[in-house]
Amino acid sequence: MIKLTINGEAREYTGDGNMPLLWYLRDLLTLTGTKYGCGKGLCGACTVHLEGQAVRSCSVTMDRLDGASITTIEGLGAGGDHPLQIAWARHKVPQCGYCQSGQIMQAASMLATNPNPDDRQIDDAMSGVICRCGTYQRIRAAIKDASGATS
Amino acid sequence: MKSIRQISRRDFLKTGGVFVVGVSLYGCGKEKIPGITQPRSTDPWAPDVYVSFEADGTAHIISHRSEMGQGIRTGLPAVLADEMEADWGRVKVVQAAGDAKYGNQNTDGSWSVRGFMQRMREAGATVRLMLEQAAANQWGVDPVECTAEFHTVVHQPSGRVLDFADLVAGAAELPVPGLEQLKFKTPDQFRYIGKGLPIVDLHDMTHGKAQYGADIRLPGMKYAAIARCPVLFGKVKSYDAEKTNALGGVEQIIEIPAAEAPPMFKAVGGVAVIASNSWAALHGRDLLSIEWEEGANSDYDSAAFRQALLDTVQQPGTPIRDQGDIAAAIESAQELVEAEYYAPHLAHAPMEPPVAVANVSADFCEIWAPVQDPQSLIPMAEAVTGLKPEQIRINVTLLGGAFGRKSKCDFVEEAVVLSKQTGAPVMVVWSREDDIRHDYYHSVSAQKLSASLDAQGAVTGWRHRVAYPSIMSTFDASISQPVSFEAGLGALNLPYDVANIRIETGAAPSKVRIGWLRSVCNIFQSFAVNSFSDEIAFARGKDSLENLLELIGPDRTLDLSEFGVELTENYPFETGRLRQVTELVAEKAGWGRELPKGHGLGIAAQYSFLSYVAAVVEVAIEDDGRWTVPRVDIAIDCGQYVNSDRVKAQQEGSVIFGLSLARDSEITAAGGRIQQGNFNDYRVLRIEMTPQTHVHLVESSAPPAGVGEPGVPPIAPALANAIFAASGRRYRELPLGGILAPGDDA
Repeated sequence: MIKLTINGEAREYTGDGNMPLLWYLRDLLTLTGTKYGCGKGLCGACTVHLEGQAVRSCSVTMDRLDGASITTIEGLGAGGDHPLQIAWARHKVPQCGYCQSGQIMQAASMLATNPNPDDRQIDDAMSGVICRCGTYQRIRAAIKDASGATS
Repeated sequence: MKSIRQISRRDFLKTGGVFVVGVSLYGCGKEKIPGITQPRSTDPWAPDVYVSFEADGTAHIISHRSEMGQGIRTGLPAVLADEMEADWGRVKVVQAAGDAKYGNQNTDGSWSVRGFMQRMREAGATVRLMLEQAAANQWGVDPVECTAEFHTVVHQPSGRVLDFADLVAGAAELPVPGLEQLKFKTPDQFRYIGKGLPIVDLHDMTHGKAQYGADIRLPGMKYAAIARCPVLFGKVKSYDAEKTNALGGVEQIIEIPAAEAPPMFKAVGGVAVIASNSWAALHGRDLLSIEWEEGANSDYDSAAFRQALLDTVQQPGTPIRDQGDIAAAIESAQELVEAEYYAPHLAHAPMEPPVAVANVSADFCEIWAPVQDPQSLIPMAEAVTGLKPEQIRINVTLLGGAFGRKSKCDFVEEAVVLSKQTGAPVMVVWSREDDIRHDYYHSVSAQKLSASLDAQGAVTGWRHRVAYPSIMSTFDASISQPVSFEAGLGALNLPYDVANIRIETGAAPSKVRIGWLRSVCNIFQSFAVNSFSDEIAFARGKDSLENLLELIGPDRTLDLSEFGVELTENYPFETGRLRQVTELVAEKAGWGRELPKGHGLGIAAQYSFLSYVAAVVEVAIEDDGRWTVPRVDIAIDCGQYVNSDRVKAQQEGSVIFGLSLARDSEITAAGGRIQQGNFNDYRVLRIEMTPQTHVHLVESSAPPAGVGEPGVPPIAPALANAIFAASGRRYRELPLGGILAPGDDA
């Protein structure tokens, strides 16, 4: 049995240890805010936090998660909106919106360790998360806004 | 999401809670029709119910078009809300089911605002007039003294105010006014139209609560993944499911018969793995061992096909526009400029791959899917289930991107077939590989352009040959040449002021399913035409902007109806508007400004989806051939617009989409099999390549035109022209890649 914490809640998993975290979240817990986009860690749509660090949930299997603490987009603003969620609204970032959970989770992980990233650092951290609608310019602006840096 | 029930007035009196105004926009006023919620027109384009009220005055406004990132769930409802003087904070947007009573729901062709803005205004003005009348009745005053203002009606002489909540019951008793009685707001009175309202789904999208097709969860729902033949129309010869069956969660294996040509929107067939979760279905599918009978399309090879297309455009084709005497112009040319262009297949690759849920029982079929054309699912579901249209319900979720892919309902048919066979609700999940390898591909194309110049350097003749597999081959297997609507997207409708013009099409068979992708044939035809214009500029020794403006020529209205270019009513093709956006973008981009070493500016202008767009791309090329795009300026004249912020967002997105296909994306086939499968080999643009994009929006009172697609076509050619300006090297094939290969020196 695998015991883990999802958004502060204790959970137990007894299924196939090879199942990626993504599908555990989406199909077994119905936490559908985390999205499938590629299944190979190439697009970042499935990004969640493992011990506060951004990881691709499609590429982390359940057997590695005993004792782990996971935060998904549903748990990000648990104590009120995250500054990124506020900035995202101010800059009207989303178009179709599908990749935005992954974008925000990736950005939140970056800001946690680097509260004032410059352009290059933003691009480096966000490069793994694809937005096919092309909201990148506003993603940069919203991250800078949330980080308190002047753009 | 709360669904709107269509209720009769009798129901209203019984429940006392909800007032439904059915707004028929055709034929009303000519006759007084009882029962305001009854459909009053058999015209399938005539909407019936767009708005209703709760007892507390909350307005429910129907969004009958599909939301795929363009903001239409906000845009059209805001038009209705504006015209009825609603407080947007007291409006709930309700997504329509697929139903002909809403009129055309096929969300495609950058058409939603153009097709429905006026109708939304009529619906809103109707409601406003009825609420004003209801207030007048309640007060016993002349209705002309009553004015709706922000979810209330004000009696102007006395200053008395009634909330919409206090008026809905009275309004429900009134006859629906005719169109001729309606009064419309003037633009200075607009609260929402032309402003930048945030989209209604913004909060949900930033909190993981927005519901896409992939997010539907039903009690007892099974998940299915399908192994489809890698070659179009191939069949299963045999399969071994031993490993699959040994996997926990796998419940059933079902073979779906292979489809035959033409592809239409049919499920292609294959072997489906039904499981209790997505991973078991997908992993179980991958564990299948299948022997395929690949069939005739296994001869498709992209390298050979490319050469065949390039050979085709060397030869005269079928003329579809023949103006003046091109042969004489070329014969007498002082200088002949010629160039060939090639662009590959593209995949749509929306971030949410195709996905659909169906729940089929003996007497009902309900579908949940991210689809652009929900009504198209009804005949498909009828055919699969044998049920009647009234036993079929199509629920439209948010679309996690679409770009044309989700117009085609092959993936929904799979869900209906499997739900019918299993007797359970079934979600069909597509992996990214499924999506990339079983798309309706944007067509591969070759083009040859020839221009004759006279002794003064004036352009006397223009010949453009195009060859690409036609979208129409998807519907009719006998079609193997571009048709005129396709050529009309940037080749046939050439707006240049040249005396002798000939446009020709050449044969090109289809070996994969061909479909439309955001801006369609404009992608490659604009690439060739705008690149070639720049080649002419170089040949003439002229500045690119000056040359382009000369080619566009004096302001005039183009009528190409004799060549099969259909005119859209109220939308003349005004070359002056193309000139204006070209001049505007050049000015805003600082055309002619001094640039750092290795930088260059390129310009392109394209009319598409009735809008006029021009772009200037600035490129920066390193010594090793690596390149970036520091800045893009893009100007659009889309006529009247509804949401300035979403128009800008669509242009920003179009720049990324255009750079993506110009730099990275390419689908190729070998042995009939698509060689790409995921974002490692089918690459799309990432954040580090994002330019600083400046959108310049033209204020216009012309009727509303397209927004979602027209920004894409000018980007690739403006980039190629910028690279030429920076390096003197001309690139005529897409994609360019991240490092420029040695190109053709001019």
